[in-house]
Amino acid sequence: MDFDLSPEEYAFRDEVRRFLDEHLPPADRRGPGFMEAWLRKVRERRWVGFGWPEEYGGGGASVMKQAILREEMTKRKAPPLGTCIMGLQWVGPAIIQYGTEAQKRRFIPDILDSKYQWCTGYSEPATGSDLAALQCKAVRDGDVYVVNGQKIWTSIAMWSKWMILLVRTTTQVENKHDGITCLLVEMDRPGIEVRPIRNMAGAEIFAEVFFDNVRVPADQRLGEEDDGWKVTVSALAHERSGISEVTSLMRTLEDVKALARMCVRHGRPALEDAAIRRRIARAETRIEAMRLNGLRFLTRQLRGEPLSSETSINKLHRAELEIELGELALELEGSRGQYTRGGPAAVAGGRWQQFALSWPEVVIGGGTPNIQKNIIAERILGLPKD
Amino acid sequence: VNFGFTEEQQLLRRQIRRFLDDRCPLAEVRRLMETDAGYSQELWREMSGLAWVGLTVPEEFGGAGLGWVDLLIVLEETGRTLFPSPLIATTLASAALLRAGSESQQRRFLPALADGSAIGTLAIHDDPDTPGPGGITMRGTGAAGGLRVSGTKRVVMDPEAATLAIVGIRTGEAPEEIALALIDCSAPGVHAEAFPTMDRTKRLGNLTLTDVTTDREALLCSGPAAVRMLDVLESLGAVAVTGEAVGAAEGAHALTVVYARDRRQFGRPIGQYQGVKHPLAEMYVDIESFKSLVYFAAWAADREPAALPRAASCAKAYAAEAFARIGIDGVQLHGAVGYTDEFDIQLYLKRAKWVRPAFGDADHHYDRVATLGAL
Repeated sequence: MDFDLSPEEYAFRDEVRRFLDEHLPPADRRGPGFMEAWLRKVRERRWVGFGWPEEYGGGGASVMKQAILREEMTKRKAPPLGTCIMGLQWVGPAIIQYGTEAQKRRFIPDILDSKYQWCTGYSEPATGSDLAALQCKAVRDGDVYVVNGQKIWTSIAMWSKWMILLVRTTTQVENKHDGITCLLVEMDRPGIEVRPIRNMAGAEIFAEVFFDNVRVPADQRLGEEDDGWKVTVSALAHERSGISEVTSLMRTLEDVKALARMCVRHGRPALEDAAIRRRIARAETRIEAMRLNGLRFLTRQLRGEPLSSETSINKLHRAELEIELGELALELEGSRGQYTRGGPAAVAGGRWQQFALSWPEVVIGGGTPNIQKNIIAERILGLPKD
Repeated sequence: VNFGFTEEQQLLRRQIRRFLDDRCPLAEVRRLMETDAGYSQELWREMSGLAWVGLTVPEEFGGAGLGWVDLLIVLEETGRTLFPSPLIATTLASAALLRAGSESQQRRFLPALADGSAIGTLAIHDDPDTPGPGGITMRGTGAAGGLRVSGTKRVVMDPEAATLAIVGIRTGEAPEEIALALIDCSAPGVHAEAFPTMDRTKRLGNLTLTDVTTDREALLCSGPAAVRMLDVLESLGAVAVTGEAVGAAEGAHALTVVYARDRRQFGRPIGQYQGVKHPLAEMYVDIESFKSLVYFAAWAADREPAALPRAASCAKAYAAEAFARIGIDGVQLHGAVGYTDEFDIQLYLKRAKWVRPAFGDADHHYDRVATLGAL
């Protein structure tokens, strides 16, 4: 057991830190051209797609170096390394694993350069947690698939140029995981209609997407026909040890502490309230547990063992913490905690009100806590499926 | 970074697990916990011979010279089977000697603690619920070169088994005016008495000193050094207790998972119902999490002492809270048979009662995390 870095890893960490010292000014001193220059510089260093194969423009870096890069970037609140979020998170890895050579040459460089956005067409109105029961249908017609049906909860569909889409190509199957095919679809194809959905925080981020006889060339199929579930699983299973999520929660916790230092509760400084102190410490303990769980997962990855169901442990912690930290902040703000941004009375510009309305993106989006518990109970504890 | 075990550590785990499964299954634990001594001297001698008792004592003093990460492997296994022995108390006494003792004290006392012929314990606080120097009230009055003390140390681990105790003595009014000294438990004026406990596998009681004189050779440390040592011992004690709690919680969890798979109601195994499988999943999340915390704390004890207090407090706070819940949910998920003496799950519920306050409960350690985290 060793929680230290190797000399080479320390050297890389210092390289990242030096880079950040040089190229990451404080948020209020970033000029108009900053973001463009930032993206270009991290791309030059091949830190975008850092773990992807070098022949497609990735960095070919080890798991450990990827973790170091993520941690250092998050610690310094650096902007993302690319704006093509879903492309970098799972579309790219799925194409690298299952794509044809032509698909790799066509899509990977664009994802690395964040040329446009990708969105993910998985969930449907009747199939949320039960993803494999999806109904959106594609029928082969010569060289094309004809798609009919509907997707929902498709984040950033209105700003995306491409979608990774799951469709049912065979309906008569014994196992619902069979008969699913994965297609890569341009969002401007005739017959696609996007209708944004407003969320409870007032933002329009996700959308409904309707498909009416949308014709998709067969060479835009990712993986084999009827074998798309494998592609999805592998994409969703590009599980990471979750170290950057931990660093980001740590930063939120520090902000909650800063808030606690300036708040008065029941006529006394909030920090003199033992219950508040313990709640903060309890959250800190959970975040520390996540950090160390993450290092255990990372160790498994370093040994070449893929991660699977055990990452649900940290997803459950994260779900609880995303909710708890927002609630804690609102309680610290007391009665004034009801004022939101857009008005002069909001505490901290209404940041925590926004935070307290945004947890579903994480808590529900990545598989609800109840689903995570099913995964642990059935796949790890060996309890019977219900 | 490597959060994993070496071949040697995996071997150590297999050895201790096989030893405990063969020699002290739960039926034997139940027999031992009803005896006067509360543990098997024969098994203690065998364990000592296998170097598990002196695991963290350096080789020059007759120990195995291993670290707290290795010790944690042993404690996880003793916890899993609720194995009764004065291992934690003895290890902590050795730890105090190693960190605060003079070379002559170490030469004199450590070999016997390492080979199991001496059994150590900590008898530091008169009031165990006032941690730190405030809980030490027994006054030492002053002859040159020695201190004469009278008083009662409460909720001492393994008081009747111990042959050597480390006691806390108040030498003045100021909080830091304290000393830690070694007491031979067979000396005149030393009286030990264990009381019935909820967890019968753990012996606790009073160590009463009546006009006992400690000489200069018995003094371990005093003043600010003693205050710092209290803090270290609180952390190490918390790590040891949490290490056993990991194994015990896994033991309770395993019993309950098996029961949930086998027990059928309404025509299905109860483990198929989400009302049963979800609490079992939550237990798993908690156990894995305080396991990660306590292993990091053990690593810190070995390699990065500055990180130990926060790491130990995170681990103990989480474990004290979660294991209490695991004991209760474990019994509840067993239904009526969980309430019987016959089923073993209740033994684990009782173990959680021992874990909760030992070396500080969850509130105490959350307070410590808050203070260390600049609140």
